[in-house]
Parts: sequence; structure tokens; C-alpha cells
Amino acid sequence: MTKVTLTVNGRKVSGECEDRTLLVNFIRENLGLTGTHVGCDTTQCGACVIHMDGRSVKSCTILAVQASGSDITTIEGISSGDTLHPVQAAFKENHGLQCGFCTPGMVMTAVDMIRRHGGQLDEQTVRQELEGNICRCTGYHNIVKSILSAADEMGGAQQAAE
Amino acid sequence: MYETNYHRASSVDEAARLMGDAGEGKYLAGGMTLIATMKQRLAAPSDLIDLRHIGSMKGITVNGRNVTIGAGTSHYDVASSDALKAVCPALCHLASHIGDPHVRHMGTIGGSVANDDPAADYPSAVLALNMTVRTNKREIAADDFFVGMFETALEEGEIIVSFSFEAPDKAAYQKFPNPASRYAMAGVFVAKKGSDVRVAVTGAGSNGVFRHQGMEAALKAAWAPDALAAVTVDAGMMMADIHGNSDYRANLVKVMAKRAVAAAG
Ligand SMILES: Cc1cc2nc3c(=O)[nH]c(=O)nc-3n(C[C@H](O)[C@H](O)[C@H](O)COP(=O)(O)OP(=O)(O)OC[C@H]3O[C@@H](n4cnc5c(N)ncnc54)[C@H](O)[C@@H]3O)c2cc1C
Ligand code: FES
Ligand code: FES
Repeated sequence: MTKVTLTVNGRKVSGECEDRTLLVNFIRENLGLTGTHVGCDTTQCGACVIHMDGRSVKSCTILAVQASGSDITTIEGISSGDTLHPVQAAFKENHGLQCGFCTPGMVMTAVDMIRRHGGQLDEQTVRQELEGNICRCTGYHNIVKSILSAADEMGGAQQAAE
Repeated sequence: MYETNYHRASSVDEAARLMGDAGEGKYLAGGMTLIATMKQRLAAPSDLIDLRHIGSMKGITVNGRNVTIGAGTSHYDVASSDALKAVCPALCHLASHIGDPHVRHMGTIGGSVANDDPAADYPSAVLALNMTVRTNKREIAADDFFVGMFETALEEGEIIVSFSFEAPDKAAYQKFPNPASRYAMAGVFVAKKGSDVRVAVTGAGSNGVFRHQGMEAALKAAWAPDALAAVTVDAGMMMADIHGNSDYRANLVKVMAKRAVAAAG
């Protein structure tokens, strides 16, 4: 067993696990944060997307020991108290989910996408950027709409602050 | 996944030493191939030597037309480097089309080239840009590096440290992605430097990435998509699988090569 120490959603946490334990299992089982999902065995679906040191990654294809020392944000860490993150609010507003299984990964992907592209997002870019996230329910249409709406709102808020 | 022992190296020398002490060890970079393979139980290294925290293996330096890229540089960092874009945008374009954003945040150029998947994108750039592969032991010319599918000139325990090349006058990469996996069904990297032209093909060859002499000669004579019209791509050299037979791939290679020349301008 190896000791893994992480900063998760701003809080320092540590736990013991085997070297082969995947980060997603450490997050779900050791830390009890079950918002991060597992939807495949092949690194393709994106249900497990979290942010590691500020970048979106697939936590099903990283070992917990590999991540030790890093700063992690999961879906549980993006709202401020009861106030949803603008991306979460946009998914709710635009009916961007049906069963909701892919949603945590979609939301974490969208937050990263908006950070990288700022107000520059258009529909084609969003669709390309969703290459690593699979949704079995929505047909993507309302997911794309949600992300564009959140990008608009966050871009606008950024401009207002400047 | 089978059990394994993780080690984190902070320098190239330390990584090589850890590998020397390991039983059936493997280097771990982004893990986007290796961890994925271990999950399928298709690989079972006794030890993993993590290279991701070795600072000297990361980053891009551009000095005039001379480019050096650390082996540990992520696909995302290659895709978004302004310095690289200024001298060789084709390589940024290639990196920006590997897998998906999350894979690009973790996956590295060194891992991709060391792995030498016959459908991977980077090997074509290494060959067409005539890169020098620097390892912890020696320098290897691109033409001597790729041996066959998943097989390179790297010796047991050898670590790729960086890649370097002189930026070409013109270059472009075009791939026909498999619609499901996004790996190349055929990908062609063309590069022109002075009177020299190099054309490298990935995804299609039955022996991995290769240079196509016929297309190189035609493009040396005239740098234009139409110059390739009369060149034959031998279907006998092509892969055949459920995604496409060898005639289909031979045709794709030519189409991608024409598009690449057109894109290079
Ligand atoms: C969903 C998905 C889609 C993908 N799509 C594409 C695609 O479209 N095109 C494409 O080209 N690739 C694709 N890939 C593969 C991806 O590019 C990988 O990042 C890459 O092949 C391996 O790089 P890595 O840094 O992750 O290496 P790892 O997986 O860590 O290592 C791969 C191999 O290289 C060895 N190695 C790593 N670094 C070094 C080094 N410096 N010196 C010596 N040996 C080393 C390791 O021991 C291992 O054997 C995809 C992967 C996934 C999961
Ligand atoms: S669970 Fe990570 S990509 Fe599917
Ligand atoms: S909402 Fe059901 S999988 Fe996306």
C-alpha cells in the first residue's frame, strides 16, 4: 500500500491504496466522491473527466499514485455552496441532460473548454472538443446549446469585470 | 489490471537507474497508451518508472529555425505553442488532432513515438521533418528510428529525451481519421526544405510508418497536388482490416498526400 496525498476541491486529503488503483476509484471509493463516473474500459467515454492541476483529464486512465501531490477538482467542487456553477446552471436551463450519467464529465469538460477558448466558442468547436465524451441519451444537441450558453454568459461576466 | 510497483523519477539518470533495478519495468509518460493497455491486461509491467516529473524532458525551444521539443511535452502543449506555430504550424495542427482534449492534456510526443503504433500521428512528423531523436545514450536519425509496427531502434531501458529539427519551408499533415477511434486510417505528412522533399505515411502501411519515394520524386519535380496524379501507391504494402482493405487505403494515401500538399501551399 502506498500513501497518496492530493488537494481535492481545495481540501488536502490522503489515503492508502495499491499502486495499481486508478485515480477514479480512489476518488469514488477512498474519498466517497461518487459524482465522477466510470462509463467504459477504453478511455473513450469521458464520464470520469476531472481537472488535474487545472487541466481536464480522464481519471480512469491515471493511477492514484501518479496523481499524488496534484491539485484535483471534481464535479463536487465547482459550485459555490448552493449556487450552481454557470455551466451547471446552463445544463439545467437548456435541458442538457437526460439520464445524467455522462453529465459530470460533460460539465467538467465544458468548464475546461470555456477556460481555454474564452468567448471564442462556436458550435463547430464545441462539437470537436466533445470528441472524448460520449452521451447515450441526448444526441448532444442540448449539451452543445448548454455549453454555448454558459460560454456566452461567462464571457459576458468576464468582460463586465474588466 | 495486474499488480505493479510505481516509482517516480526526478531526473533522466534516476529513471534509467530505477529501470536497471526493476524486473520487467516500463517507463510511464502520459499513460494514455500504457495505462489503457494495462487496464485491458495486455501489458503487465512489474514496475512503472514515471517520467512525468522530469522537468528537463518538457518544453519547446525555438532558436531561429531550429526546434527542440522535450519528449515529455504534452500533445496540448505542442498544439498550443505560439513559438512553434510561427515556424512549423503543421506540427501544431497534427498535435491538435490527436484523440481528444483530455488525452492531449496527458499524452506526450515521446510516449507516442516510443510506442510507434502503426496508426499514430507523430511518427509521420518525425520522419517527414527528419527529426533527430536524442536519447539518454545517443542521437538517432529519423530514418534509422522506426523499425516496424510497435518496433523502434530504442534499446532496452533507453529513454527518449528530446526531438530536434530544422523547420521546413512548407509542411502539412492530413489524416483520414477512423470515425470511431480518431487514429489515422491514412495520414500523410509532407515537408519541403529547399529542394528536398520528404513524404511520410502513417496508418496505412503494413509495416508501420514509411517514406514514399515515388511521391517525394514527383513533388521534387513539381510541388503541386496534381504532380501526384501519376504516382502509384502499391496496395501490396498496405494494411487491410475491417476498417478498410488495402486498395482503399492505397487510394486514401494518395488523396491525403494531395490534400497535404494543397494545405502546405
Ligand atoms: C481515446 C484515445 C484516443 C487516441 N487517439 C490517438 C490519435 O488519434 N492519434 C495518435 O497518434 N494517438 C492517439 N492516442 C494515443 C496517445 O497519443 C498517447 O498519448 C500516446 O500514444 C502515448 O503517449 P503517452 O505519453 O501517453 O505514453 P505512455 O502511454 O505513458 O507510454 C507509451 C509507451 O512509450 C514508452 N515511453 C513513454 N515515454 C518514453 C520515453 N520518453 N522514452 C522511451 N520510452 C517511452 C512507455 O514505456 C510505453 O511503452 C489516443 C489515446 C486514447 C486513449
Ligand atoms: S470511464 Fe474514463 S473515459 Fe470512460
Ligand atoms: S444524459 Fe444519459 S448519457 Fe448523457
